[in-house]
Amino acid sequence: MTDALDRPTSILVLGGTSDIALATVRALRSPALRRVVLAARPSEGRDAAVSSLARDGVAGVTAVDFDAAATDSHDELLATAFADGDVDVVLVAFGVLGVQQEFEDDPDLAVEAAQVNYVGAVSVCLRAARLLTAQGHGTLVVLSSVAGERARRSNFVYGSTKAGLDALASGLADALHGSGAHVLVVRPGFVRTGMTSHLEPAPLSVTAEQVAQAVVAGLRRGSTVVYVPAAMRVVMSGLRHLPRAVFRRLPI
Amino acid sequence: MPSRADLVAVSSVDDVVAVVTGAGPRGVLARGAGRSYGDAAQNGGGAVLDLSALCDVELLGDGDVVAGAGALLSEIVPLLLARGRFLPVTPGTRFITVGGAVAADVHGKNHHVDGSFGAHVRWVDLVTADGSLRRLTPTGAPEDAALLAATIGGMGLTGVLVAVRFATIPSPTSFVRVQTRRAPDLDALMALMVEGDVDFRYSVAWVDGMARGARLGRGVLTRGDHVEPHDVPARRRAAAPLTADGPRLDVPPVPVSPLNRVSLAAFNEAWFRKAPRSRDDEITALAPFFYPLDAVGCWNRLYGPRGFLQYQFAVPDSGGEVVRTSLERLAGMGAPSFLSVLKRFGPGRPESPLSFPIEGWTLAIDVPARTPGLAAVLDDLDELVLAAGGRLYLAKDSRAVPATVAGGYPGLDAFRSLRADVDPDGVFVSDLSRRLQL
Repeated sequence: MTDALDRPTSILVLGGTSDIALATVRALRSPALRRVVLAARPSEGRDAAVSSLARDGVAGVTAVDFDAAATDSHDELLATAFADGDVDVVLVAFGVLGVQQEFEDDPDLAVEAAQVNYVGAVSVCLRAARLLTAQGHGTLVVLSSVAGERARRSNFVYGSTKAGLDALASGLADALHGSGAHVLVVRPGFVRTGMTSHLEPAPLSVTAEQVAQAVVAGLRRGSTVVYVPAAMRVVMSGLRHLPRAVFRRLPI
Repeated sequence: MPSRADLVAVSSVDDVVAVVTGAGPRGVLARGAGRSYGDAAQNGGGAVLDLSALCDVELLGDGDVVAGAGALLSEIVPLLLARGRFLPVTPGTRFITVGGAVAADVHGKNHHVDGSFGAHVRWVDLVTADGSLRRLTPTGAPEDAALLAATIGGMGLTGVLVAVRFATIPSPTSFVRVQTRRAPDLDALMALMVEGDVDFRYSVAWVDGMARGARLGRGVLTRGDHVEPHDVPARRRAAAPLTADGPRLDVPPVPVSPLNRVSLAAFNEAWFRKAPRSRDDEITALAPFFYPLDAVGCWNRLYGPRGFLQYQFAVPDSGGEVVRTSLERLAGMGAPSFLSVLKRFGPGRPESPLSFPIEGWTLAIDVPARTPGLAAVLDDLDELVLAAGGRLYLAKDSRAVPATVAGGYPGLDAFRSLRADVDPDGVFVSDLSRRLQL
């Protein structure tokens, strides 16, 4: 149960090694927080994530094995996480960025990305929504991207997976209205993390910590959508309405 | 935070039994009038019983009341006054149920003399997890007496209260004689209370929660007792309302709270100045004396959409410094607060593991939830309260952590094991019990 001062007691992270997810857990750290489950594939990165959160004073951090593409394992994984106690925040933070040209050269790679970013997310979001509804409270935080808002030439495969995810999460937000459970769709612009370290930062780029602060503020306000930075909402609104011929020529 | 549950209105004890024995995985919780400040009456995903139909009230010849758990104190007060009686204990609002009064073991301005509500309970009818209806008396079989003791202050976690018999006290009129003393600082206020409270049945102090420095803890102490008919001028007696009025003024929902440092500092200053430095023998009607806030419906809306929380703790006399530190820390944040109440408690009920009062001081402070930095300050105060041998009030809590409750209530383990016995499947749960691992 998230308390009257907006402090969750338990968080489930799907994609538990994500920089944004870990920054969000740190931002939600409080004496009230007593259980954090990092669901990710076994890796040194996952071990490091557990120990770094513990070192930062986050109580009750554990890891469980999770493969976003293995959707037939999701039921058990989520049921187990909820069986150990109510989950106040479910953070859907997994995803692969990929390289656009490689997707075009080898469509199998694109299918894999779609399996993780979209199909895997459909699987966990719908299952988590049922469990949150059953407990009558809690928030599903879905890390979308402005890349899904209007597909760009330079990364439309990734963008299309996020577009699907975003539509799913937005629809789910309406479906859950009145159930006690909520959905928060997070639409960051370019985030400077491990996933993007090989890329040149785009204008209005942000850090994982800034995304985390936006998530915390969104949870406090009970928002359905947050853009990070907030100015991105205006920028995307403009880009959405640009004529295609102009949009295609933009160096983005 | 709000959660969603299935609200089940019941009209008989059989209905209660049916819901309890058919409980789903998220369990069942009885709700009174919903006046607890936190999540005590919520059960996310489960069933919440609306007992308002169980509201029969009967006055017995010896002055005792037998009431359905859903009966409101506001419905009982006029019946009692008509017979020259009054509630043995009443909290600051009369819009609570009898079941809630037992479950939270509420206290009033007379705790130092009369104890908490639970001290006046003759028996309760409780529906337990196995679906049986049990009448529990303090003098019954040991396991019944223990279950009754745990039910008093047990926050609805031992079963569903359906009826209660409790004692009442004489109140020949619907007036009280009130003495008012204004104290310029906390030391003066606490000294007045330590010296003189024993001479009065009722005593409570309003504290200016925003005064700092030399004026820290200044307040207005009001004390009184019921009066005989000949003490009340005939003219007033004739006009005396036996029914306490309903809300006279309703606060609409406001998008932005009008309460801020400036407005509340001004209000508190005026409230302090308005009180006489010293006045004796003022004859006041019961309602404004016991229920000043009931005159304003939905006053909580004044705090705006983010709302407020109340921090209430009790500490032994040896921990009186915690009262000062709390006021210092909260006034130091500049949190606008207009309802800070200081009172002395008499002996508590050690046999009731979750009953709040313990002998000493209790301070209740309202704070807007939006106050920046509030969480950390309250966490610090929790530690001071525990170190002083004190505890927090569960009916007011909305932000404590399990360790704070375990530290403040040494009987918590006994309460847990009793629950494990009478409710092995954990039918009775609330958002509060999950959050605090009760």
